[in-house]
Amino acid sequence: MLSIEEVIHIERLARLKLTDKEREMYRNQLNDVLNYAAKLDEIDTSNVPPMYHVLPVSNVLREDIPRENFSQREALSNAPLEEGGFFVIPPILGGEE
Amino acid sequence: MELADLTAHELLELISKKELSPQEVVKSCIDRLERYESKIKAYLFIRNPEEVINSVKEDAPYSAIPIAIKDNILVKGLPNTCASKILANFIAPYNATVIERLNKRSFNIMGKTNLDEFAMGSSTENSAFGPTRNPWDIERVPGGSSGGSAASVAIGSAIWALGSDTGGSIRQPASFCGVVGLKPTYGTVSRYGLVAFASSLDQIGPITKDVTDCALLYSFINGYDPNDSTSLNIKPYIYSPLKGDIKGIKIGLIRELLGEGVDPLVKRCMEDVVKTFEDLGAVVEEVSLPHISYSVPTYYILAPAEASSNLARFDGVRYGFRASGKTAEEMMSNTRGEGFGPEVKRRIMLGTYVLSAGYYEAFYLKALKFRNLIASDFRKVFERFDVLISPTSPILPFKLGEKVENPLEMYLADICTIPINLAGLPAISIPCGFVDNLPVGLQIIGPVFSEAKLFEVAYGFEQATPFHKKRPQLGGITNGV
Amino acid sequence: MEYEVNIGIEIHAELLTKSKVFCSCPVQFGAPPNTLTCPVCLGLPGALPVLNKKAVEYAILTALALNCKINRNAIFHRKNYFYPDLPKNYQISQYDTPIGIQGYLEIETSNGRKRIRIRRVHLEEDTGKLIHSGGRITGSDMSFVDFNRSGVPLLEIVSEPDISSPEEAKEYLINVRDILIFLGVCDGKMEEGSMRCEANVSIRKKGSDKLGTKTELKNINSFRAVERALQYEIERQVELVSRGKEVIQETRHWDEKNEKTVSMRSKEEAHDYRYFPEPDLVPLEIDDAWIENLRSQIPELPEEKYERYKNLGLTPYEAKLLAHDLELSIFFDRAIKLYNNPRNIANWLLVDVTKELKDRNKAITQTLLTPEIMAELLLLIDEGKISGRIAKDILPELIDKGVSPKKIIEEKNLIQITDTSALLSIIDQVLKENAGVVEEYKRGKEKSFMYLVGQVMKLTKGKANPKLVNELLKKALG
Ligand SMILES: [Mg+2]
Ligand SMILES: [Zn+2]
Repeated sequence: MLSIEEVIHIERLARLKLTDKEREMYRNQLNDVLNYAAKLDEIDTSNVPPMYHVLPVSNVLREDIPRENFSQREALSNAPLEEGGFFVIPPILGGEE
Repeated sequence: MELADLTAHELLELISKKELSPQEVVKSCIDRLERYESKIKAYLFIRNPEEVINSVKEDAPYSAIPIAIKDNILVKGLPNTCASKILANFIAPYNATVIERLNKRSFNIMGKTNLDEFAMGSSTENSAFGPTRNPWDIERVPGGSSGGSAASVAIGSAIWALGSDTGGSIRQPASFCGVVGLKPTYGTVSRYGLVAFASSLDQIGPITKDVTDCALLYSFINGYDPNDSTSLNIKPYIYSPLKGDIKGIKIGLIRELLGEGVDPLVKRCMEDVVKTFEDLGAVVEEVSLPHISYSVPTYYILAPAEASSNLARFDGVRYGFRASGKTAEEMMSNTRGEGFGPEVKRRIMLGTYVLSAGYYEAFYLKALKFRNLIASDFRKVFERFDVLISPTSPILPFKLGEKVENPLEMYLADICTIPINLAGLPAISIPCGFVDNLPVGLQIIGPVFSEAKLFEVAYGFEQATPFHKKRPQLGGITNGV
Repeated sequence: MEYEVNIGIEIHAELLTKSKVFCSCPVQFGAPPNTLTCPVCLGLPGALPVLNKKAVEYAILTALALNCKINRNAIFHRKNYFYPDLPKNYQISQYDTPIGIQGYLEIETSNGRKRIRIRRVHLEEDTGKLIHSGGRITGSDMSFVDFNRSGVPLLEIVSEPDISSPEEAKEYLINVRDILIFLGVCDGKMEEGSMRCEANVSIRKKGSDKLGTKTELKNINSFRAVERALQYEIERQVELVSRGKEVIQETRHWDEKNEKTVSMRSKEEAHDYRYFPEPDLVPLEIDDAWIENLRSQIPELPEEKYERYKNLGLTPYEAKLLAHDLELSIFFDRAIKLYNNPRNIANWLLVDVTKELKDRNKAITQTLLTPEIMAELLLLIDEGKISGRIAKDILPELIDKGVSPKKIIEEKNLIQITDTSALLSIIDQVLKENAGVVEEYKRGKEKSFMYLVGQVMKLTKGKANPKLVNELLKKALG
């Protein structure tokens, strides 16, 4: 059974601010799904190789040729906050409180 | 029958014979919009009708046949919300490769269609902007996640549409809305410009009124794209008129997909399907894929894991919704907490958990092994069969709100479509019957790159049955609400 | 109590490709903010990475030069962590199959040559740049983000903790940098951030077989800083341990101004990168043909040059200076083909030429001096056509104008006077004018002789062949 502490740890890793109500809900629903996923323990897969790609392709490479792309305008076109060509965000470490 | 009820190939023929002026089709679709969109809510964004009409060019036939685009496929200059608050104000600054391809033929976009937020869901109820309703019964869901695209084609507010399919998101809504939907072989249609849900499973595909339109539209969007490393550099599918001769082909009926959990009425339809195929000279045998029953748990580990990473970029720094916060980190967490809806957060939590330290082997790695087992089941079976068939959905279109309380139950309903994505195979869903005026879908599955064969088999069935001609009783809608 | 030190170094080197590692945006420095971006390196929805072949080849080249084994099947992983300068909030990197593994590099230490093992060499993408209002991360009220650097190819080179002193650490860094520069894959400028370094340090009682608790040092932005930061951190740890205290495993920040390392624990968080294979990229298959082709492109590296130069008769000191300077060594190698006296050339390059270059602060390739000119100049001296003095005098002109020394000395007629009769008459004159000095000489005052020579040279504006003047003067004085 997933503990609330674990839920809070995951929430932090995923940068998702949750309410207590949400935490409780996801705790239960995640448990349901994870218990159901235990179905995968029914067979021994120790000798089965994992399948990373469905199609056998390798070495898809690009030549090293530069191409101009977005103008500064286009790059910032969806920016929530911008100034002097930069994206602007709150400070990394909080200012002195 | 109005123009909006016809298929693209029918309309193109009329236009080429000069039997109708190109703009009339667009006008007919706009008329459908005005009459029914307020009830169906298939669209999240509709282009200005004048613009759509003026985009029709005499020398470009496809500009006369309006297309609807799922709102997770980027069209430069148009909004792209993925039905999420977190992208509510996002304007796409570039075109998806499939859109570039359609533009070469001057395709005329009617609008961007509704979906489950970030394509996570099977009912289009998980849209931050409200659900889409099923044109056959507006009390019911149109399926999902491409519910808006399927509904718009069914009701005729677009002649055809593009959707995306990660675990059934094209086929299941096509089934629920009584239209045709193709999930192509992984790697045949570029994913560049498709907002990623689960990169190793996502494919863009057509949603149309019949198989011919499906083959036509697929021929326009498939092919190698250097901007997508997982796109295959192989000879693309080129459309040629379908014959539908399926005499002697070997069809496998997947036993595990007719077991418990499948609505008896759906089973009944499948019995008729088998009979129809046999009448057409095909050989139908039951076949077992031993690991297919592990598809759902496998999928609900892999897809959320990839999604938790794919959706990390929505953080309020460069685009989209931004919540307040004293520090950058606080801003990011608040943005994501407020910007994502319940189902998306649920899957991000699940995916983050199964990838986190100590659980990777137990969940993610194990799921990759099952993915291998499931794929090889199919490989073996295709040594003996040309195609496989199953219901597209074990259940009929359900009522809005009926399943929202129980995510797991909703997940289980994806059992027929999920294995195909896990194995990277192509599969098409076509109408195969009606129960109380609700459509039932048949899924036809082929080996990789067998789209041409799928079209032939599907076309053979379609021409022998009346279902693809049936249209929802739109009048009923106006009385209905 | 005696302690022994274990230092491991992690280098991040920006590769000199023309375009970024997963998109075609140009790699450039100093461009206006956010003018070198595209959907891919801005982490826009729907964008997908496509791997740059050149970046892969630079990684393989470097791995080979560092004596690594090459992973025939290398795949990319996603390293998941949130930071505002990381557009996708995951970094495409490598995890359990880096391009190069189990390499080594040999360095000179106070007690002989030493082998530093290299754990891994892998390819990844750089992040954007954060600028904090007020210039400092603490107390700033907002931050600015520029994504021009986002997606620039980075090579990560991780050593085993085989380094046992700050001096060795610096030596190791310099050696790696020079290899990168000689391979032409990175410009190695630590101060400009194109080569960055982090170090983990631990101490243990001499003879103890398990490593002590390590701390990680960040923000080391110069070779000087490497030495000082490590020196400080080692002393700090020794001081702790000898007081019976524990070293805490943590990341510490090198504070250049106050010359000390400070704990970053405040900013620390439980790291869980949730690595998983990047589904948007396909595996790399590196076959022998590809590897051998690249191996054949590896130029002569500083170590080999050093050995070769010593065999040419250069002192170890001269050999090292030349071998580690790409431009000078290339110039030297071409010059010795034209003029067969390596020591002489080395001497000129390392003393006179180097001084002139310092004055101009230019690399030799940025001047007009060529090996041909150099050789010609030294030949003129050997042939006695000009004195070393005059050669030094005209060197600046050769460097700035790139003209032939022959021409200059003809135009300015600086050719030595080797014509006896001409010199004799001048000597006559000198003797007459300095009868007094001649007297002193004859009374045995040796110094007077040099004075007279000086007078001759003066009248000939230094062009007289000194040897000849000596002879003739001696004769004349009987
Ligand atoms: Mg790194
Ligand atoms: Zn870019």
